[in-house]
Amino acid sequence: MDRRRFEKLSDNAWRVAPFGAMRVPAVIYASEDLLEEMDDKVFDQTTNVAMLPGIVEASYAMPDAHWGYGFPIGGVAAFDPQAGGVVSAGGVGFDISCGVRTHLTSLTREEVLSVQEELADALYALVPVGVGAEGEVVLDRAAMDAMLTGGARWALEQGFGNAKDLLGIEEGGCIEGAEPAAVSERAKERQRREMGTLGSGNHYLEVQEVKHIFDPATAAAYGLERGKCVLTIHCGSRGLGHQIGTEFLREMAVSAQSFGISLPDRELACAPINSELGQRYLGAMRAAINCALANREIVGHIAREVFARFFGKSELPLMFDVSHNTCKLETHRIGGKDRALFVHRKGATRALGPGSASLPEPFRQYGQPVLIGGSMGAGSYVLAGVEQSEDRAFSSACHGAGRRLSRHAATRAWSGRQIVDELRAKGIVVRSPSMRGVAEEAPGAYKDVGAVVDCAEAAGLARKVAYLAPLICIKG
Amino acid sequence: MGESVDMSDGEPAPRADAPRWEHFSHGADLGIRGLGATPAIAFEQAAVALCAAMVDPRDIRLEEPVEITLEAPALDLLLVDWLNAVTYEIATRRIIFGAFEVSISGTKLAARAFGEKISRERHAPAVEVKGATFTELAVREDRPGLWRAQCVIDV
Repeated sequence: MDRRRFEKLSDNAWRVAPFGAMRVPAVIYASEDLLEEMDDKVFDQTTNVAMLPGIVEASYAMPDAHWGYGFPIGGVAAFDPQAGGVVSAGGVGFDISCGVRTHLTSLTREEVLSVQEELADALYALVPVGVGAEGEVVLDRAAMDAMLTGGARWALEQGFGNAKDLLGIEEGGCIEGAEPAAVSERAKERQRREMGTLGSGNHYLEVQEVKHIFDPATAAAYGLERGKCVLTIHCGSRGLGHQIGTEFLREMAVSAQSFGISLPDRELACAPINSELGQRYLGAMRAAINCALANREIVGHIAREVFARFFGKSELPLMFDVSHNTCKLETHRIGGKDRALFVHRKGATRALGPGSASLPEPFRQYGQPVLIGGSMGAGSYVLAGVEQSEDRAFSSACHGAGRRLSRHAATRAWSGRQIVDELRAKGIVVRSPSMRGVAEEAPGAYKDVGAVVDCAEAAGLARKVAYLAPLICIKG
Repeated sequence: MGESVDMSDGEPAPRADAPRWEHFSHGADLGIRGLGATPAIAFEQAAVALCAAMVDPRDIRLEEPVEITLEAPALDLLLVDWLNAVTYEIATRRIIFGAFEVSISGTKLAARAFGEKISRERHAPAVEVKGATFTELAVREDRPGLWRAQCVIDV
């Protein structure tokens, strides 16, 4: 993007003053290099979001932002229901509550490397991955509704995971306000055999080494120790979330005019929060959040069982589980007053600062863990929420590196076999059902995740705690 | 079945009215496009392009026909609904399709989709399609006898 289109707020923040139908400014957090690399659609989409009714403060884009549909991926926007604010299916995305969880292990790098290939084979064999994979849990109507209401708590009741996990999951593993009745039968049918599955695309399960510690005190509070290994899982609400996104996007697009909403882009499909449609979407979306939380809990349980085969009984305590695609009702201080807002984070992470009552007690003085997913060879980061992020973007941060090349371009640049071999030479073992899928997700197809997190830190969105280097990657 | 054409190859275009499908680039996801002499053929080809995001259509046996009927208020919404219906059938039946027969009357669609159960070993499916979006959505006659049906799919 041409930086002359922006007012420079700092080395890592750029503002677009309201023009046309914009109700608030647009703010993009990016270094000059990252801004230059972003496609022009991020400008269009971030400014379009600023036109929606009831938007508060500004429309934000995180340092990993790229072209989405309606909202950019990496977009953050808050809406006030008392000011005609809207909820947008496009502002949450198709993979509702797609997110990351990281389990701690007491294993050293050497212990993992001693069984690296066998452990990779076992994880690949037992965690259902890729297109068409089915889980062992098949839900009937009653179980489906119980899952949609109970989230990870439901999974726990079914014998997956352990009770301590709930302390490390956002919302305690279960968001209130889910309405299974607002979820269509088609969405439920799509999910019936997909519990405990990883999915495909950029979803993965990785065994990683804690390679660098940037903030020893926070790392210690999170349980991260240099040289020890962790297990990270990236997946979401599977077919149920996809179907809810599909159905509500269409319904909101068709009915926007009836609410008197003029959409600058049909993908910005939305409905007033205080409308029947808005409330129905929120009920369905929260059910999908619970589905994602339950799904990650089951996948985590399967992974624990695999680790137990190799290393004996190990608890693999959950460090944290955080979602990237949500709309949540939160209280934020605006102009000295607390306001209840519906904060959309699409491809963005909630990043609560120290002191937040929503954080588990052991983390409270350090800020919320922010898990930044990598891409096979690129590694991942753990960040911590900071106080000033509240003013920067409603306590939000980036969620990954963000794509640099399209899938099309990636398959032209690399073959899957080449990527697997190159990573193997670097000590990273990859298992995937699809070599084309591996090529599409090649590390080089993504931006430099280090540059993205450096920018997030410099912009005051979150601060770096640790860098995780992959040893095993199960790619969906 | 039509042929795939990669837009950026610079290859000579096939006959204008020949049924064919294409993928086009999108930052994170994938654009799909069907082309043909009628909207129905363009819809058939767009659905092949959708399935080709997952599996090479040449590797799909045309065994199990699945019936799909739809109605939408406008032709472009019909395309989104059609692609989402195909996505739903793939997801719930674990079938991948390689060919389609579509008829369109006004904004009503009736179709048969032909394919087989997904095999991880034989098909090595790549990404999973989550849904069709309104991004780059278009159903139009580019020139007499050449219809285009396209959108971006979330993968």
